[in-house]
Amino acid sequence: MNIVVCIKQVPDTTKVKINPETNTLIREGVESIINPFDHYAIEEAVRLKEAHGGTVKVMTMGPPQAETALREAVSLGADEAYLVSDRAFAGSDTWSTAYTLAAAIRNLGDTDLILCGKQAIDGDTAQVGPSLADQLDIPFVAFVRKVRTITDTELVVERVFEEGYEVVQSPLPALITVVKEINEPRLPSLKGKMKAKKCEIVMVSRSELEVEDPYLGLDGSPTRVVKIFSPDLKRAGEKLEGEPQDIAEKLVRNLRDQKLI
Amino acid sequence: MAVVVIKNQCDGCEVCLDSCPYDAIEMIDGVAYINEKCTLCMACLEACPVEAIISEESETELPELEKDAYSGVWVFAEQRQGKISSVVAELLGAGRKLADAQGQKLTAVLFGHEMEPSARDLVHYGADEVIYVDDPILAQFNDGPYASVLSDLIEKRRPGIVLAGATFMGRSFIPSVASRISTGLTADCTALDIDPETGDLLQTRPAFGGNIMATIICPRHRPQMATVRHKVLTPAVRDIHHKGEVHIINGAGNGRIDEKTQVLEVVEEIMDTVNLAEADIIVSGGRGLRDSEGFKLIEELAVLLGGAVGASRSAVDSEWIPYSHQVGQTGKTVQPKLYIACGISGAVQHLAGMQSSDVIVAINKDPDAPIFDVSTYGLVGDLFQIIPQIIKSVKVQRGEV
Ligand SMILES: Cc1cc2nc3c(=O)[nH]c(=O)nc-3n(C[C@H](O)[C@H](O)[C@H](O)COP(=O)(O)OP(=O)(O)OC[C@H]3O[C@@H](n4cnc5c(N)ncnc54)[C@H](O)[C@@H]3O)c2cc1C
Ligand SMILES: Nc1ncnc2c1ncn2[C@@H]1O[C@H](COP(=O)(O)O)[C@@H](O)[C@H]1O
Repeated sequence: MNIVVCIKQVPDTTKVKINPETNTLIREGVESIINPFDHYAIEEAVRLKEAHGGTVKVMTMGPPQAETALREAVSLGADEAYLVSDRAFAGSDTWSTAYTLAAAIRNLGDTDLILCGKQAIDGDTAQVGPSLADQLDIPFVAFVRKVRTITDTELVVERVFEEGYEVVQSPLPALITVVKEINEPRLPSLKGKMKAKKCEIVMVSRSELEVEDPYLGLDGSPTRVVKIFSPDLKRAGEKLEGEPQDIAEKLVRNLRDQKLI
Repeated sequence: MAVVVIKNQCDGCEVCLDSCPYDAIEMIDGVAYINEKCTLCMACLEACPVEAIISEESETELPELEKDAYSGVWVFAEQRQGKISSVVAELLGAGRKLADAQGQKLTAVLFGHEMEPSARDLVHYGADEVIYVDDPILAQFNDGPYASVLSDLIEKRRPGIVLAGATFMGRSFIPSVASRISTGLTADCTALDIDPETGDLLQTRPAFGGNIMATIICPRHRPQMATVRHKVLTPAVRDIHHKGEVHIINGAGNGRIDEKTQVLEVVEEIMDTVNLAEADIIVSGGRGLRDSEGFKLIEELAVLLGGAVGASRSAVDSEWIPYSHQVGQTGKTVQPKLYIACGISGAVQHLAGMQSSDVIVAINKDPDAPIFDVSTYGLVGDLFQIIPQIIKSVKVQRGEV
């Protein structure tokens, strides 16, 4: 079984802050990590390989430093790593990202299953997976919490929705996006770390892809960010201190006055 | 497009270095230089005090499209088991304002089977027109047919704006619709507006786990598509006197050949309390509850107030409560009218999922806990003493004791 996992390197959002004067992101001390949801995609791919044989290829589109994310994926069990990187791809929105990734995946030859994370924690869009499946013209199932069965020709998965889950069957090749419940990712093994150090990262640039310039990067992206600002979340909150009974009563009175309870 | 520095305008102040989230600016000979790590986020443009950094358009830009050929605001009226979802009234409320701002029509689009009365009822929520596609294969959500039928309708009728709920359904199939018709899509919006100058839809949404807000436009493509977060926009009020046309289309047409995936079974998991996304009140517990016994107290308060139970990741990881209750970056994003955080410190990842709630109450014994920074009411003290008092006080005020 040929499996491709699409991963994204993202800033560790715990540390992203905005400069109140310029309204721009402060990069100081922001580390890059593999998008947390993509860890589950890598783990699921490696488990499927262990159970059914095959290879796991990880692919990311991003700047040269995204190489570290790929090496980490190899340490977690992926076999091959592809870095789709070119200045022509900079500024891509989800549409152009999916367009470019689709071209790069086509070059890999036969693929049975593509895994993506549910969403990336920087943009929180959850759009690249479904869009990628459309560009490749293959079926997809988003928000998968369990792969029930898989054969050479089809898979059956559980997809979550607000009130529960649906059991969905799809022919292969297909794409799935996975949620956190799907598995418990392993930590890298010593052997994995050694492999990651030596592993060749295959560089994929603009010239190797069958793509058209007007659809690439920022120019090819239908959407544009016109403004960023920090949300006004700090509240001039009221601190209630004192005896539990007094502050509880005061709170309940306030909430009732505002017809909240 | 490229970001470049006008060399003789740069005074070497280095302000841009700190503004770049990607470490893509270096100083070379006292002048800023943008290296290959640049992702064109444009943060440095705003930061530069002497306007020495500019963006250059390149010649490969797509041509401006015939915007006038696209008009009207569409709302996708999601249904499950024949019941229209509550997010639809919110979409129609927002859609009405956008349509009025442009002097255009508001259309609701419904897919299903044997749902004509529901289709007609959408008019009462402000739709001027309802397009109802009736086919047994549309009775239940399935990505292929839904994406195919909606794409075909959009291509034929050319709306200017298409809105859908940022629900599991909307976030699953709407991206493939946008991809198919090659237009932009903005996920999970929390505010929508029309730019009075350009007529473009201003789509505002949280990013980076809610730490920043971004306003996004789709200037050269139509329609402009957005999924909208549940519980944020004001729902349309039902008015049985509102009039509109209902068009019924029988048969999914091309949608049938797109039925690649099959839904074999739908399992609704029994929830002991209200669905988190739908709840107006959420009482949430964290590590401060000490053990699963602690959650009994939270549940008691939630039941008393008619609310749902939420949790921090620490509480979930300790297996005091299932993951489906987790609020935050890797859990659910909620925006109730009232959020009561008990024994939760307020880590950014937790805040990301709840900080836009209308009123936030925090109960924590540490007066410096970060949760207090986002709280409307901060109760400093032991939750095991305070919560029973709140329960008692609510009962007293209701005359139940
Ligand atoms: C990639 C990533 C994703 C994450 N996603 C999420 C997410 O989705 N959701 C989430 O919640 N977290 C998430 N986290 C974890 C997050 O960083 C915090 O670890 C977590 O939210 C802390 O939970 P807590 O507030 O319950 O526990 P703690 O931080 O331990 O806080 C417990 C609080 O209870 C108070 N307390 C203790 N006893 C009492 C008492 N008797 N009365 C009153 N107060 C008391 C303490 O003062 C303290 O403030 C994520 C972390 C990472 C790295
Ligand atoms: N630049 C990228 N390179 C590879 N995979 C990506 C990239 N961006 C997004 N993805 C994949 O698509 C998923 C959803 O991302 P997003 O649509 O940005 O929220 C991620 O979890 C990744 O699996």
